[in-house]
Amino acid sequence: MTQAASLSLPADWRDFYQLTKPRVMTLVIFTGLCALLAAPGHINPVLGFTAMLCIAMGAGGAAALNHWWEADIDAGMRRTQSRPIPSGRMARSSARDFGIGISVASVLIMGLAISWLAAGLLAFSIVYYAVIYTIWLKPRTPQNIVIGGGAGAFPPLIGWVAVTGDVTLMPILLFSIIFMWTPPHFWALALFVQTDYAKVGIPMMPVVAGEASTRRQILLYSAILLPLSLAPCLIPFAQGGAGWIYGLAATVLSGGFFLLSIRVGLRRPTGPEDKLKPEKQLFFWSIIYLFALFGALVADRWILAPGL
Amino acid sequence: MTDLPDPLSPEYQAQRRAVIRQRNRVLGLLLAFFAILFFAITIAKMKM
Repeated sequence: MTQAASLSLPADWRDFYQLTKPRVMTLVIFTGLCALLAAPGHINPVLGFTAMLCIAMGAGGAAALNHWWEADIDAGMRRTQSRPIPSGRMARSSARDFGIGISVASVLIMGLAISWLAAGLLAFSIVYYAVIYTIWLKPRTPQNIVIGGGAGAFPPLIGWVAVTGDVTLMPILLFSIIFMWTPPHFWALALFVQTDYAKVGIPMMPVVAGEASTRRQILLYSAILLPLSLAPCLIPFAQGGAGWIYGLAATVLSGGFFLLSIRVGLRRPTGPEDKLKPEKQLFFWSIIYLFALFGALVADRWILAPGL
Repeated sequence: MTDLPDPLSPEYQAQRRAVIRQRNRVLGLLLAFFAILFFAITIAKMKM
């Protein structure tokens, strides 16, 4: 540790909060909550709140472990230099202990209060993000965003299981939608935002495979996402499937997503003066897409079948 | 180069105590929150 770090003040509570990556958690909480509200069945509001709290704590714990493991990488990138560990405000071991502590607590509370199946899925999602993604595959393969997308896809699965108690086709479809949505979302961003990943040795797709290949893969994932997002309409409504509100929203949202992906996938930037407008449009549409799609899922259940 | 804080200075010690006090306060609130939550979970599970 540097002299500056050793003389700095102890870590503030806000530093521990920052370890949980609160901005990423917004998506985790939203998709998990939508699945919990859209799942057929009833859950006591206190237990529903507890399930959401456990999902958020688990995501926060995994994020803290990510901070712990990637402290050296974070120190080498401008975007992450001010994080609690690289800035010297927090000892590395504190982030590790905090991450393990809230992860274990989240799994135990989920198991004791909700169900051990939901707790098992939560535990797997934490290990998946912190170990399989962060430690193992992120520094080794340019497909890291695809693999990382799996971690972000767990919350709706866990939220659904917290209500129904079993893993059916519908929560697996919700998992798959987020899994397929993640690569075009992040690669669209990577096309117009320059990052320091190459400098610190993380093999991000646009750097390793090149821009043209990344554009083709954006198009490929978007083409898979289009029918996949409509698949919940094929499941009977009484068995948790989606209704016409979701169907309409998915058609419009996925159609728009696909059209924007075609523009991004087939174009070649003209040079430094290119404003990369289609890439920016795709990225912002992808954010609206996920929030609106999951919102429509809840609207479906609550408007068409409020008692189910 | 920025000046390093003197760890023995009263200002530094006061700041350090303030940070630790804040952390303890937040930890206390969290513990109280979880105590209430466990109580509520117990009642909810009894009703099932």
